[in-house]
Amino acid sequence: MNIVVLVKQVPDSGAERSLAGDGWSVDRSGGTNVINEMDEYAIEEALRLKDETGAQVTLLTVGPDHAVDSIRKALSMGPDAAVHVSDEAVAGSDALGTAKVIAAALGTLEYDLILSGAESTDGGVQVLPHLLAELLDIAALTGARKVTVEDGGLLVERQTEDGYEVLRASGKAIVSVWDTINTPRYPSLKGIMAAKRKPVTTLTLADLGVDAATVGRSGAATTVLSAEPRPARGAGVKVADNGDGGDQLVAYLTAEKFV
Amino acid sequence: MAEVLVVVDASGGTVRKVTLEMLTMARALGEPSAVVLGAPGTAAPLTAALGEYGAAKVYVAEHDDLDGFLVAPKAEVLAALVAEKSPAAVLLSSGQEGKEIAGRLAVKLGNGLLTDVSALDADGTATQSVFAGSWVVKSKVTTGVPLVTVRPNSLTPEAAPAAAEQVGVEVAVSDKAKKVAVVERVTAQKSARPELTEASVVVSGGRGVGSAENFALVEELADLLGGAVGASRAATDGGFYPHKYQVGQTGSTVSPQLYIALGISGAIQHRAGMQTAKRIVAVNKDDEAPIFDLADFGVVGDLFKVVPQAVEGIKNRR
Ligand SMILES: Cc1cc2nc3c(=O)[nH]c(=O)nc-3n(C[C@H](O)[C@H](O)[C@H](O)COP(=O)(O)OP(=O)(O)OC[C@H]3O[C@@H](n4cnc5c(N)ncnc54)[C@H](O)[C@@H]3O)c2cc1C
Repeated sequence: MNIVVLVKQVPDSGAERSLAGDGWSVDRSGGTNVINEMDEYAIEEALRLKDETGAQVTLLTVGPDHAVDSIRKALSMGPDAAVHVSDEAVAGSDALGTAKVIAAALGTLEYDLILSGAESTDGGVQVLPHLLAELLDIAALTGARKVTVEDGGLLVERQTEDGYEVLRASGKAIVSVWDTINTPRYPSLKGIMAAKRKPVTTLTLADLGVDAATVGRSGAATTVLSAEPRPARGAGVKVADNGDGGDQLVAYLTAEKFV
Repeated sequence: MAEVLVVVDASGGTVRKVTLEMLTMARALGEPSAVVLGAPGTAAPLTAALGEYGAAKVYVAEHDDLDGFLVAPKAEVLAALVAEKSPAAVLLSSGQEGKEIAGRLAVKLGNGLLTDVSALDADGTATQSVFAGSWVVKSKVTTGVPLVTVRPNSLTPEAAPAAAEQVGVEVAVSDKAKKVAVVERVTAQKSARPELTEASVVVSGGRGVGSAENFALVEELADLLGGAVGASRAATDGGFYPHKYQVGQTGSTVSPQLYIALGISGAIQHRAGMQTAKRIVAVNKDDEAPIFDLADFGVVGDLFKVVPQAVEGIKNRR
């Protein structure tokens, strides 16, 4: 079995994040960039299947040159190889543009299963699996909390608003996983050493045969008119509880007409 | 007047509030028509509410395949309807399924997609929040029929009675769209509380609540305020409360009128799910907890003293 895990380098969600000066895209230049936290669960799930079935695990990422640091870090967990699509023309792509690039890159790889994190901590719109499913004519399942490989397909369990559901996918599939699915392993020292020698293939849009005009800002079907930080919330009132904190709380709720 | 398609989000035979919000929002752009996609019998109990909030027509697409297979069949039927009607826009709810259908439509039709929209102007300018509500972005679709997913609790629904004329839609789902079958759906016992993402009041507990038993206190305050109960990840990971009630980056995003955080420090991943709430109240014994930076009203104190007193106080006002 061949598994491709989609990983993304994002600004650390624990730090302040901002949009680039042009308002179009996430500022990925400075600060700490990390692997999208949710993607680690996807990598772990792929490695679990690798341990079970001997699957080959390849990471695929689209991002600037410095994404290579995150790729090496992810490889140290145990995947076999990585593909890095790096092209300036990708910058400013909307979700569909990004999906087109990933779909083209997947076209160069052998895969039975594609795994991704259920959400990215930056611009994530959660729709990528279904965009890829449309583009590649494969099955898509989002938010998995359990994945079981069976003959000719997959069984996936996921939480729903009112409970949970079990789904069966036939043929090739993309599955996004939720952070309840497993506990990602820490890279071992051996893993870190091995990661340095693992193959990382770098591809450009030209290598993929993707017309740069159909992605990036020029290919986007939406346009940003303005982007501003949300105005800071007005300073609130803070009281120390001196035995009447609950009463003061009720007074506030009453004044605001919640009681 | 231009037609605007509103894809109905409903649960258990009732229309979700976000659907009424979408019908209200759609009126800025034209005349709303509701679209019901589901198993046979889905539309009947919904029609009255849809009419009350302005649906001139209700397109009824009912077939077992729309329920028995995931997402793709709904997208296929909707794509055909959009191609036939050329509406001014298509509105869907910003829940998981709404976004997924919208994404598939964007590929099928080559149209622009805007997600997590909280306001829509007559010229189609949409207001979105990104980075967990810390940035406000205005954007517009430049290609094709705008596909817009609307965040729950974006506006107050306004009634505007309309005919809600039922129009049947033929459903023929291709094999291509039947790749993911639903094997089993397990419905947990539904709580009497409002749904987390729709509630106008949310009372959440964190690690400071200390145990599953102690969450009864959070529930009691929530019930007195007619609210939903939420939890931080520390509380769900600790087994104090079920995971599906988690608020934050990896849980639900809520945007209620009032959010009360009890024993929650206010980590950035938690704030990601609640900072667009209209009013934020925090009770925390740590004067320096970051949650106080967001709070309109904060009490520095022990929640086990403050909350019971507040509960008594509210009961006494009744
Ligand atoms: C990838 C990723 C995703 C995440 N997603 C989420 C998410 O979706 N949602 C989320 O919530 N977190 C999320 N987190 C975790 C987040 O970083 C915090 O760890 C978590 O929010 C902390 O929960 P807490 O505030 O309940 O606990 P703590 O940070 O431990 O805070 C407990 C607070 O309770 C107060 N307290 C204790 N006892 C009392 C008392 N008796 N009375 C009053 N106050 C008291 C303390 O002063 C403290 O401020 C995520 C983290 C990562 C890495």
